[in-house]
Amino acid sequence: MTPLRNVAAIVGKEWRHYFGSPIAWVGLFVWTLLFGIFFYFAFTFFLEQSMRIAQQGMEMGGGGMRISINEYLIRPLFHNMAVVALFIAPMLTMRLFAEEKRQGTIELLATSPITDLQVVIGKFLAAAFLYALMILAGLVNVALIWTYATSAPEWKPVLTGALGLLLLGCCFLAMGTFVSTLTRNQIVAGILAFCLFLGMWTLGWAEDPMGGAFSQAIAYLGVTTHLEDMVKGVVDIKDLVFYLSVIGFGLFLALESVESQRWRA
Amino acid sequence: MIEVESLTKRYGRATAVDSVSFRVERGEVLGFLGPNGAGKTTTMRILTCYLPPTEGTARVAGFDVFAQPLEVKKRVGYLPETPPLYPDMEVRDYLDFCARIKGVALAERKQKVGEAVEKCRVGEVQKTLIGKLSKGYRQRVGLAQAILHNPDVLILDEPTAGLDPKQIIETRDLIRSLAGSHTVVLSTHILPEVSMTCGRVLIINRGRVVAEDTPENLTRRLKGAGVLRLEARGEEAALLAAVKAVPGVLAVHERGKHDGSVLLEVEPAQGQDVRAELARAVVGKGFSLLGLQQMGMSLEEIFLQLTTTDTAEAAPPAAAAPGGAQ
Repeated sequence: MTPLRNVAAIVGKEWRHYFGSPIAWVGLFVWTLLFGIFFYFAFTFFLEQSMRIAQQGMEMGGGGMRISINEYLIRPLFHNMAVVALFIAPMLTMRLFAEEKRQGTIELLATSPITDLQVVIGKFLAAAFLYALMILAGLVNVALIWTYATSAPEWKPVLTGALGLLLLGCCFLAMGTFVSTLTRNQIVAGILAFCLFLGMWTLGWAEDPMGGAFSQAIAYLGVTTHLEDMVKGVVDIKDLVFYLSVIGFGLFLALESVESQRWRA
Repeated sequence: MIEVESLTKRYGRATAVDSVSFRVERGEVLGFLGPNGAGKTTTMRILTCYLPPTEGTARVAGFDVFAQPLEVKKRVGYLPETPPLYPDMEVRDYLDFCARIKGVALAERKQKVGEAVEKCRVGEVQKTLIGKLSKGYRQRVGLAQAILHNPDVLILDEPTAGLDPKQIIETRDLIRSLAGSHTVVLSTHILPEVSMTCGRVLIINRGRVVAEDTPENLTRRLKGAGVLRLEARGEEAALLAAVKAVPGVLAVHERGKHDGSVLLEVEPAQGQDVRAELARAVVGKGFSLLGLQQMGMSLEEIFLQLTTTDTAEAAPPAAAAPGGAQ
């Protein structure tokens, strides 16, 4: 009960910081704007394609085939938004610990009857909730399809795609939380976090069907590798395990870092 | 309430706190006095479980700071040197957050925050962003944060730093009013503050306790036998002889003369009060006695004497402060 209350107190405080400063608003604005733009382009492309295929079908006298909304709309949209997450995530995590250290408020947290783990989890959750809110705001675009489509498209791939995007972003946020504990300068924390995220991202490029076990292992560690199935509507337990492990690892590093700094100080 | 035994803290090779031991009883106000960098803040940080000690033990309210930090933290209110404030929060919100992480139950949160606001007189800025507050108000909000959960022990690192004289007096009054129900440890390098607020003083220099006593005792002990300043009118040599003849007087030094009066410094034997005899002798020999005054060494002088490197380092601490060091 108390641990939960403490975590909730930290989440509440972080949200106050997010929404009391431009960070949350700018983040939400940029995210939803880009979400809308990407959605618009993906959707028009999807319409053109389906129109063309329908025409071809008529010419050939058949009923015409239907193209997959997952393939043409959800997949490119969520892939693009994953790139945006790569840029937005450092913005959300850079001040989490760096600012506390600079202001000396870390001393308040460290001398209050609240554990370091509760602080780390609270801060991570605050960022994760804000990020989830962004995704939800973006999904409003997708909801429009249901309003205007003649036959309702499948909603499950949208949901799994969103879940994948959320998990991918949370990996960044957990790692970013860790990076923020390393410095008292939030700009440094932001830049370092971005470099780290980029590294996590490019690992996936090692994917090569002809490659050996080594390149496959490297590719497996890439964060985007595991997004592929999810945006196609498949939730594989191994992808979930991977994402949750990375999140857990990031938070573990953050906790160790916070604790060890007081030992060394 | 607080028991510290041979506490040592090393940062790499530098020793910030060197086997410090002291006890603070319930309801007492203990002052840490020492120059900057003497180890006051480090000691306080160990007591508040912010830093682990390298050696030695510290127990607060019966709990070891190392083994049971959460129990200690529940019972300690801490005001660090720079008040730990979030500039982008309103005072009331900030205090509410502090109450939450300090484990104040929801039912009494509003009341406790209200009490702290009232005690620290920050009522009129409750809805102001902390970033817009003056230094004095920030300090008071920091103090409100420390007393919020009604802790047994209050640890205040330079609570009056940066305040104007009126605020300093108010803060001292507040600290004095908290004594009794709370055990208070405060640090300062301003000496009058110690004699005004603290029941006991711990003088720290270079990580070591060089003296520990009540402010009055410290003053008394260090002024030695109590040098007297005597001013009289009359012939100089005769006056000197008359004063020297008084039993119990060890030495007499002339400290100048003006307008026909002579200023003398009289050093009596240890523990003897020779003022009465001295006055009688001077007046009896036909001199006009203009003044007779006991000169106490001010805390400043004691402080300087104890913390000036040469005397404090060369001689063992006990010699610098008779019986004061442990």
